[in-house]
Amino acid sequence: MTQVRVLAGTRKGAFVLTSDGKREKWSVSGPHFGGWEIYHLKGSPVNPNRIYASQSTGWFGQLIQRSDDGGLSWQPVGNDFSYAGGDPGTHSWYDDTPHPWVFTRIWHLEPSPTDPETVYAGGEDAALYKSVDGGTSWSELTGLRTHPTNHTWPPGGGGLCLHTIILQEPRIYAAISSVGTLRSDDGGETFRMVNHGLVSDGIPDPDAEVGHCVHHVEAHPSRPDTLFMQKHWDVMRSDDGGENWTEISGNLPTDFGFPIAVHPHEPETIYVVPITSDSMHYPPDGQLRVYRSRAGGNEWEPLTTGLPQRDCYVNVLRDAMAVDTLDSAGIYFGTTGGQVYVSADSGDTWDAIVHDLPAVLSVEVQVLP
Amino acid sequence: MTADAPVIEVRVVLPVHLRTLARVGSEVRVKVPGGELTQRRLLDAVEAEFPVLLGTMRDRKTGKRRPLVRFYACEEDLSNEPPDEPLPATVAAAIATGREPFLVVGAMAGG
Repeated sequence: MTQVRVLAGTRKGAFVLTSDGKREKWSVSGPHFGGWEIYHLKGSPVNPNRIYASQSTGWFGQLIQRSDDGGLSWQPVGNDFSYAGGDPGTHSWYDDTPHPWVFTRIWHLEPSPTDPETVYAGGEDAALYKSVDGGTSWSELTGLRTHPTNHTWPPGGGGLCLHTIILQEPRIYAAISSVGTLRSDDGGETFRMVNHGLVSDGIPDPDAEVGHCVHHVEAHPSRPDTLFMQKHWDVMRSDDGGENWTEISGNLPTDFGFPIAVHPHEPETIYVVPITSDSMHYPPDGQLRVYRSRAGGNEWEPLTTGLPQRDCYVNVLRDAMAVDTLDSAGIYFGTTGGQVYVSADSGDTWDAIVHDLPAVLSVEVQVLP
Repeated sequence: MTADAPVIEVRVVLPVHLRTLARVGSEVRVKVPGGELTQRRLLDAVEAEFPVLLGTMRDRKTGKRRPLVRFYACEEDLSNEPPDEPLPATVAAAIATGREPFLVVGAMAGG
């Protein structure tokens, strides 16, 4: 029988939510690593029982946990995320002064689509790491952090975080707040900026090559050159591998937000969760609404059935939205209020799987045969 | 330090999250190679016995204490003592004889 497994990372631990293919009744397991921030968990596409988790606190630093039984048990693996090549130098701080590069945490883990032992990790301060031994050891792919503009890279509100990794080997996309999107065409050896068309009013040169606060980027597997981006402000798309971006915010009530998702079977159907503004991290009018475009952007419809439509002031963070691959596609998101919502009908109707988790940082979903 | 100095067995109390990580109880005993008892040598012994704790108390690269980790013993705060200096004599004696444990503490901050 088909099983669906949702991996929720929260401010105080990880939770594993399981259901059958109907996605109506759920079991909740957790907290795993109670008390620790779990920025992200993700399973290997080729071995779904292999799950990687990023575990950190301000007290005790960064750990990576690995499960080989679908989250029933965990083993700490490697946590040496040193910057390669000696002194990494400085990047730009909030006040434009030089600031030393300091490793803080791993924001995102991206297991290889072909090898369960290979996994990539996106760090703060911005760096891309790779492990080929199941997370036991990590090597920095220095072509990203040593980009010639790196001394100008400023942190976003959450830090100088590498939060998005899209693997289309040998092509790799990485996105950094508040830098932009970078692309490698050689497996991560070298990277170049792909931000033409992005416009950010909060920087001195709004269409500069560097300095854009990209919040999340997604691509549909069947259309690798088409990228969808939720930027600090603006929802964007590219149809040429990031070379050029156009705005697709259209009729959204606000184009600020964090996550963006692509329907698993309809590559022109996308989802965002509009948030009031950069200083008001809650939905407009206290109404939690997912917006769906079936036209690849510009024309959006609110999806509200089953979602709170009054007095709701939660946020949905950048890695907290995911889709499953069942025929009737499931869309999932978690909130800073501790709810995880599921729609088993592509967003038409929603139900809360859980109401009262710690603030949800990330949501991923797996479909198991 | 001399090669033939006796090994010192030290009691160490870990904070709850590190106990969970190392899969140990409230107190562990580690063997510190003979010689002067310093903070670095004591913590090296803890990490040698429990490699999973590497990086959780001290920065892996610099060896510096993590900002929100504290080291106490005998009601004294040793957190900012030079790591390669011998521990104060009374503290070292109490730890070396097992009369007092060395405490690794998560600072009262944040959360």
